[in-house]
Amino acid sequence: MEVAQQEKAVAETKKTQKVSGSVALLEALIAEGTETIFGYPGGAIMPIYDALYDYNDKLNHVLVRHEQGGIHAGQGYARSSGKVGVVFATSGPGATNLVTGLADAQIDSTPLVCITGQVFAHLLGTDAFQETDVINITTPVTKWNYQVTDANEIPEVIAKAFYIAKSGRPGPVLIDITKNAQIQQFDFAGYEPCNHIRSYRPKPIIRKEYIEQAANLINAAKKPFIIWGQGVILGKAEQEFKALVEKSGIPAAWTIMGAGAISTEHPLNVGMLGMHGNYGPNVLTNECDVLIAIGMRFDDRVTGRLDKYAKQAKVVHLDIDPAEIDKNVHTEVPVWGDCKETIPLLTTLLEQKEHTSWLERFRDYTRQEVEAVINEELNPSTEEMTMGEVIRELNDLTDGDGVIVTDVGQHQMVACRYAKFNKTRSNVTSGGLGTMGFALPAAIGAKFGTPDRPVIAIIGDGGFQMTIQELGTIMQTGVDVKIIILNNRFLGMVRQWQELFNERRYSFVDIQSPDFVKVAGGYGIPGKTVGKRDDLKSSLKEMIESKGSFLLEIMVTKENNVFPMVPQGCSVSEIRLK
Amino acid sequence: MSTLNNSGEPDKKEFTFTVYTENQIGLLNRIAIIFSRRKINIDSLNTSPSEIESIHRFNIVINETEDVVRKLARQIEKQVEVLKVYYNTNEDIIWQEMALYKVPTDDIAEKVSVERLLRENGARAVVIRKDYTVFETTGHREETDALIQVLQPYGLIEFVRSARVAIIKDSEGFNRKLREFERLEPGEDVIENEFLNKRDKVFTM
Repeated sequence: MEVAQQEKAVAETKKTQKVSGSVALLEALIAEGTETIFGYPGGAIMPIYDALYDYNDKLNHVLVRHEQGGIHAGQGYARSSGKVGVVFATSGPGATNLVTGLADAQIDSTPLVCITGQVFAHLLGTDAFQETDVINITTPVTKWNYQVTDANEIPEVIAKAFYIAKSGRPGPVLIDITKNAQIQQFDFAGYEPCNHIRSYRPKPIIRKEYIEQAANLINAAKKPFIIWGQGVILGKAEQEFKALVEKSGIPAAWTIMGAGAISTEHPLNVGMLGMHGNYGPNVLTNECDVLIAIGMRFDDRVTGRLDKYAKQAKVVHLDIDPAEIDKNVHTEVPVWGDCKETIPLLTTLLEQKEHTSWLERFRDYTRQEVEAVINEELNPSTEEMTMGEVIRELNDLTDGDGVIVTDVGQHQMVACRYAKFNKTRSNVTSGGLGTMGFALPAAIGAKFGTPDRPVIAIIGDGGFQMTIQELGTIMQTGVDVKIIILNNRFLGMVRQWQELFNERRYSFVDIQSPDFVKVAGGYGIPGKTVGKRDDLKSSLKEMIESKGSFLLEIMVTKENNVFPMVPQGCSVSEIRLK
Repeated sequence: MSTLNNSGEPDKKEFTFTVYTENQIGLLNRIAIIFSRRKINIDSLNTSPSEIESIHRFNIVINETEDVVRKLARQIEKQVEVLKVYYNTNEDIIWQEMALYKVPTDDIAEKVSVERLLRENGARAVVIRKDYTVFETTGHREETDALIQVLQPYGLIEFVRSARVAIIKDSEGFNRKLREFERLEPGEDVIENEFLNKRDKVFTM
């Protein structure tokens, strides 16, 4: 009786109101703190767009020029802000255009909620106009997906979508909503966020004994080495991580996705790992005695040849995703859990130390790398400009405070190697998937995600042409994105491989470009081409100081190579300086 | 640990996955692609409601190395709607497959001592009609195969075999575990970390 009375009271306070599925969706988004949506309308999502017409004051919808641009913008937004990116697309081609971005977000653990329209439920399976089996197409590239055919499901499903996207190891979620469910009026009892799904444990339970084992190993180590990845940033554990590094005095290197979690200027930050990473971190991976991996997944671009990777070292692996433990590298001590919680527990047990002579080994390698590679890249003796010197000049102007959004290829490696990162969430790039065309739309999203920080997209001449149409989005929204095109008139990374491994058989890497400045001009975006070193600094300054967007095309050496390099199939200690 | 074959590679053998899941459309596909993305063939797949309402149980049989099987188990368990994954070798489980055999009644009645045939093969007649008879037997693959050989000379019309169903010898059932999953804050039962304690044997979240 008492229970029944309580239930009645709850029902009375929770007044339901008749709304459409579309309105319930928008209310749910607002309740989840969504401010910006990146999207493109179409037939099967029209009821949602119709509802959106009345929500102009609460939700900022950014009309992109292609759904791929929309999802990359959502990714840029999520990566720069730490919030969930929200993307709308219609059924059929609209939804299939999301697939590249979903795959990118899945492999780089980016929290997204994508809403796609779908044909009426009664038409499912009939090859209706713009019908595609979106759920099955996107299953391998989503953390979770679900098809809604009844409006009553919408509040709960959207709550689950946000919870799944942002909790644990984040990832993209896609919700496909049939048109009838968008239109259907139902009793909406208000929105309840989700905080528990019985089949889903976002955070594994922390086991103290393994933290103790890890601490014992680390405390006894003579040559410990920390390698960190994006997990530190996703776990919002930058401060905790810095404290661990500083107390233990252990040299620390980063994967491309981990860049900026602690400043590139920090004395214990010894540089970037991987195929085009720094010399010392790669070579000394095969010399350290304890390798402490934090929030990283031993990608093949980081490990090089696996059977010759850190074989001498005992590996401690901190990760929130149990499936990452022992996936590629055998772990001595697995420390499962949210690194925001595990790192401080570990730090407490670590001895305060300085590994002076071990750290000096890294410095030695840095000196060799500076001499053999970095000096010439940053202060070239050639008449033509290098990508590296552009980044050096940019560092002087921004002092590492900007958000650097890069595309994929040589310019990406150079930017990540040489850019100063003073703040976390400063490096937005397509790491795992290597998606050319990522940078321009991701930069747009990044700016919406952090409107107070300068956002600088650094893109190659090839990748820029893959999503060039998003200049239209910049034009229409007036978003302030600085665009640097490093133009070497080649698909540079493939050309580099063809030079090094295919006897200079330059097969389809010689790419022509339009007059980028004119194209930008057509969209009302001011721009400039720089071909001479003398104009570089002033042009970059002009770009940075310009009021809104600006496109700066910089002509760089055609056939420059990115070094150091761990050739494919080689061990990290076989890294080449030339 | 796994044994090595002549070329120094670990031996592949039969492993049976037991997967407890929510009853959700599309989940079968989500699980199946974890195998197919590695180009691994599923030898046998059974899915059915479990003894617990709303919980489904999968049995999946593949032939692989234990190292790969362990990674697959973790990648399956990582799926949002999967509650729990176990994997076992044939020594760890009791398993059966059921088979049906349709034969012409005339031939089988005239030429065979049916009673003896049934007894020797642990089979029974499910349907006996004038035109055909359907036998059923359950057992391991070689046992159901054996009856095909026996019936082939008498004009076996049709044969069908079910997927493997398996019981884990040292399991304690899923009821207690499920109660833990339903709690917001997991208790000891989920904290128990079989992977870490018996690293090569079982995996759990």
